[in-house]
Amino acid sequence: MAVNLFYFFVFPGLLFVAVTGAFLSWFDRKITARVQFRKGPPLLQPFYDFFKLLLVKETILPKYGSPLIFLLAPVFAVFGAVMAGVFILLPLFNITTGFRGDMLVIFYLLTIPSFSYIIGSLASGNPLAAVGGSREMKLILSYELTFLLFIAGIIMKSGQLFDLHSVIQTQQEGSPFIGSISGILLFIVGIFCIQAKLALVPFDMPEAEAEITEGIFIEYSGAAYGLIKLTKYIMFFILPAFLIALLMNGFRLEGIGILWAVLKVLLVVLLLTLIRNTNPRIKIKQAISFFMIWMNLLAVIAIVLIAFGY
Amino acid sequence: MLLVIKYFIVGFKNFCFKKSLWVFHFGGASCNNCDIEILDCLTPRHDLERFGILLVGSIRHADVLLVNGSINTRDKERLLEIYNQAPKPIAVVAIGACGCTGGIFAESITFAGPVDKIIPVDAYIPGCPPKPEAIIAGIVKLVNK
Repeated sequence: MAVNLFYFFVFPGLLFVAVTGAFLSWFDRKITARVQFRKGPPLLQPFYDFFKLLLVKETILPKYGSPLIFLLAPVFAVFGAVMAGVFILLPLFNITTGFRGDMLVIFYLLTIPSFSYIIGSLASGNPLAAVGGSREMKLILSYELTFLLFIAGIIMKSGQLFDLHSVIQTQQEGSPFIGSISGILLFIVGIFCIQAKLALVPFDMPEAEAEITEGIFIEYSGAAYGLIKLTKYIMFFILPAFLIALLMNGFRLEGIGILWAVLKVLLVVLLLTLIRNTNPRIKIKQAISFFMIWMNLLAVIAIVLIAFGY
Repeated sequence: MLLVIKYFIVGFKNFCFKKSLWVFHFGGASCNNCDIEILDCLTPRHDLERFGILLVGSIRHADVLLVNGSINTRDKERLLEIYNQAPKPIAVVAIGACGCTGGIFAESITFAGPVDKIIPVDAYIPGCPPKPEAIIAGIVKLVNK
């Protein structure tokens, strides 16, 4: 019991993913600033933002909404993100417990933050939040099938293995999955799915700050918004970690392997940041056709290639 | 001992607040010059993000309310509404001659008073328009207050 609580709250859980995710979020902002020839925020900026929102600011409840659900939604989002983070990071750090990291469970847990955002935005009673919620719903409908096909491709490639631990072991004994044609195709599909899951720029219509002023988060203030920021930090670490576990050999935590693990995470985050900085926001219709037609096509091609052994 | 802890917590809160000011921009009946200069602060040349200052889209996320332009009778209700919607603590900064005093519109019939007659103001940045350097200096004074 105590060790499970330790897993959930301290080491691969809440504290660890939140701190790592906050540093990655700083990395993202710093790279963005360097791309635009700016200097960028200081290293501890995400912590200042989070503690300011949590401790200093007032939380305002909506008058024409449902305050209870409005306040519970960020808590659910943090819970889902931490749960998914624990299940991804336990196999990744090679900690063997009873649970070996079933990928379908992780897939469902990763959708909880997005659903909580929708619930919270619809409970706020703000029309712009409702627009944002409807856009987030359409975005989920478009990328979820692609993400499932991506996971199906990994399962086929590893020889019908459903748990993350065995997938990582298979890669570490053989070669990483990204070293083949189908692996590269799956990597492209996975990167775009993560981009949409994190709502980074080509797919940030739910929180488009220029047109619907943060959309789904428009009514959140104070500690509730702090929890949403925390969820964003956590997701910013665990989704790249999931991609690394599935395609790029996982972490090998001995000697020089630790450096490689850090570099892999930074590489994936750098890729996400560069995609974010070099693209405009697309319309929701374009996002749906992008995922439904092109990314699904790419994933299906990858699965066919895997079936023929490439 | 308790007093020390309390002092420490208050100091920590103030420190975090100063390090991460999120700005919401309210333009009254402005001639747009102040708006341009405010946006200039956020561009690569002056880069206010290195102090943790961000421009946010919703007043619910804001820590600083920037008000510029002359406030006329129609803007007054909107400004009051925006101010009441903001989560406290919020700092209000009046920018430009019109925001601080009324400027050349001070004797106009639709003029509803300078900003500090409507809501409490924490910092004034005069100028028509103020240079980005002046805006940064004003923000620094607000932070060190």
